[in-house]
Amino acid sequence: MHRLIALVAGGLFGTGLYLSGLTDTTKVQGWLDVFGDWDPTLAFVMGGAILPMALAWALIRARAGRLRPLAGGTFPAPPRPEVDRRLVVGSVLFGLGWGLAGLCPGPAVASLSFGGWQGVVFLGFMVLGMAIAPRLRDRLDRAVPAD
Amino acid sequence: MESSWIMGLVGGVLIGTGGAVYLLGNGRIMGASGIIGGLVDGSGRDTAAERLIFLAGVVLMPLLLLPFVGDPQTRATSELWVLAAAGLCVGLGTRVANGCTSGHGVCGISRLSLRGIVATLFYILAGGLTVVLFRHILGVI
Repeated sequence: MHRLIALVAGGLFGTGLYLSGLTDTTKVQGWLDVFGDWDPTLAFVMGGAILPMALAWALIRARAGRLRPLAGGTFPAPPRPEVDRRLVVGSVLFGLGWGLAGLCPGPAVASLSFGGWQGVVFLGFMVLGMAIAPRLRDRLDRAVPAD
Repeated sequence: MESSWIMGLVGGVLIGTGGAVYLLGNGRIMGASGIIGGLVDGSGRDTAAERLIFLAGVVLMPLLLLPFVGDPQTRATSELWVLAAAGLCVGLGTRVANGCTSGHGVCGISRLSLRGIVATLFYILAGGLTVVLFRHILGVI
């Protein structure tokens, strides 16, 4: 059951990324290019994606305690409130890479279906970055003075 | 309204529906960087099969739709150092921040998570400044 749901969710995700144009790097860079030829498409993608998700969260809240995930288990805990150094430093690094190549993790994976070596190179270095991320996390934690 | 905006909205709703299916079905937040990252650092070993099947869905559906939709362009740069630096930053950043566009942006904002909103503001700001610097000032992308 878990696996079938993962396949359906992944399929919907991939279809959405493809149809919305998020696999097109010029579209992403066009959205970020506020001082150039700005392309607002990504705002429509974000807005469209947030709608069904907001409904899902609302359903879970409305049926708090009575609703369980279809395949069993529990729903995610409420989001942590604290904004820490990791969140800010990590997001800035991510934004830097996103702007440079116009790819983020989901579309980079979906782009594999089109062939081309560029997506493979990007993904290879992304995996390398993910592998060394725990070291940067530790360093950021150590940089915070103990109180 | 431009047709690319309409396709953006349609694609966006499908992305969000995928996230809703994953949440209501498996009780998990659909974050692409978390799903891949858990396979890379071994933290998601217990759910490795589910993660791989999700990623297979992401690759297979566009492949099936290619003949009907067409235009399979990523238009990604062929500049090797740009791809390498970008990939490294994205991999490092998403794991340190514990999320990317799908996790923080789509799943986080929709539940009004402060962390999701702050992360999204910072990565869009950083991405915008990057394009200004590397496109309009340095002229390399």
